[in-house]
Amino acid sequence: MVEVLITVIKIVAIVFVFAMGVASLMTLLGDRKQSAKIQNRVGPNQAKFFGFSLGGIPHFIADGIKMILKENTMPNGANKWLHTLAPALIFFPALVGWAVIPFMDHYCTGSVRTLADYTEVCIDGEWKNYFSIMHSDAGLLFAFAIAAVSVYGAAIAGWASNNKFSLLGGLRSSAQMISYEVSMGLSLAGVLMIYGTLNLNEMVRAQGYLFGGWLPMWGIVVQPLAFFLFFLAGLAETKRAPFDLPEDESVIVAGYITEYSSMKFAIMQLSEYVATVFIAALIAILFLGGWQVPFLYADGIRFLGNHWQPFAENPDLWYYFTIMLRIGAMVLKVLFLVWLQFMMRWTLPRFRYDQVMTLGWKILLPLSIANLFITALILTIL
Amino acid sequence: MEIADYLPLILLSVMAFSTVAVIIVLATFFGPKNPTKEKLIPYESGSDPVGEVRGVRFSVKFYMVAISFILFDLETIFVIPWAMSWRQSASLGFGFYSFAVMAIFLAILTIGLVYEWSQGGLEWD
Repeated sequence: MVEVLITVIKIVAIVFVFAMGVASLMTLLGDRKQSAKIQNRVGPNQAKFFGFSLGGIPHFIADGIKMILKENTMPNGANKWLHTLAPALIFFPALVGWAVIPFMDHYCTGSVRTLADYTEVCIDGEWKNYFSIMHSDAGLLFAFAIAAVSVYGAAIAGWASNNKFSLLGGLRSSAQMISYEVSMGLSLAGVLMIYGTLNLNEMVRAQGYLFGGWLPMWGIVVQPLAFFLFFLAGLAETKRAPFDLPEDESVIVAGYITEYSSMKFAIMQLSEYVATVFIAALIAILFLGGWQVPFLYADGIRFLGNHWQPFAENPDLWYYFTIMLRIGAMVLKVLFLVWLQFMMRWTLPRFRYDQVMTLGWKILLPLSIANLFITALILTIL
Repeated sequence: MEIADYLPLILLSVMAFSTVAVIIVLATFFGPKNPTKEKLIPYESGSDPVGEVRGVRFSVKFYMVAISFILFDLETIFVIPWAMSWRQSASLGFGFYSFAVMAIFLAILTIGLVYEWSQGGLEWD
């Protein structure tokens, strides 16, 4: 029973507070305030909370209330069942993928010691999974499998709306998502060869290794090309600009969300933002060291072979301090990547559809195959 | 892993689906309901819809993308277990053999990609 309670608390904290909270705030701050700054206008500032505009944050509550109070229309000839199912099918994978994202290493009930190869072992105790919802040995595959489900949502939403723009938007988004999924998977094969695990937490642990005592073995250091491939494919996968062809408003109105109104529209928008945050979290874990803070370990700071141990008389205090710093590092990395995606969204113009397909199939796919081949060659020779 | 290890997943799925359900029910409960004939016409830039949507023809390129996706996603499916077990086979002394096998597999699929490319299967105009 205690386990269930802990799980529920973890789910609420990670998914409903962090992912959805950050996502909804990003809707506002990233998408509206930041775009306003970039386009040299003021942005939303009218909704006030006791007379304070608070940087536009009350707009996020006002938007939610407004959406709930709007009429939920369904066009003539729409498939009622599928039209209602589609938002759920888009929202569900955006949330469930968070099950395997670790925000910190497992908690050790005893004392943690760092070995010479920078792996941390738990002495006189066991690892307790307090900082990720589920400890899965196939975590990365699970994340991919769940992310792929959202293709169905977009395709079904497009088909069920009985609208030509929606149908074209659904086709475009499904073609784009499956095209980029291939390069996404292949670009990770090199990373998997280096870390030798699919468990996301183990992967982050492996990134605590220091080359020559000073260079952290983050994914971006050992697989720089894969980082760029994965980042681009991730942008395309979440349908962010410059890849937002499925919602190309000057060509196909709003793509597959043309016929959605009220809360169904809000769900689709929200899940798109949650998916953005999810991709940011995946990139942070795979390539930017996840919760690792460079040189900081559970039993002190290590740099160039030196070991400095603050609070040596009270190692528990240092351990709690590390936990705080590591969670903070993970959150900061995710926020940075989300910010980067929004900057790209508002800086770059939109591609043409043939350019998107050319980039996916003729540039990213050969590059990811070459990256895998070269990584395998180097690892075999070494 | 045992079944009990998947409990968080089941809980999360239930919570995710119930969140959607609650939101949609709330919206249908609080929102006004006065559908008019014009409001229910599928949006087509303000004019009356032309023709059937379900019978509309779209580019055959989308099928090409789907077929290529299946091929190269299968490639990914074969490559990922190999990448996972590579370290093990290398430690047993089969590192070069393992690499050569996967290189041949990758080469065949790369030839496939080059062939599809040269035949215009990846062209969008």
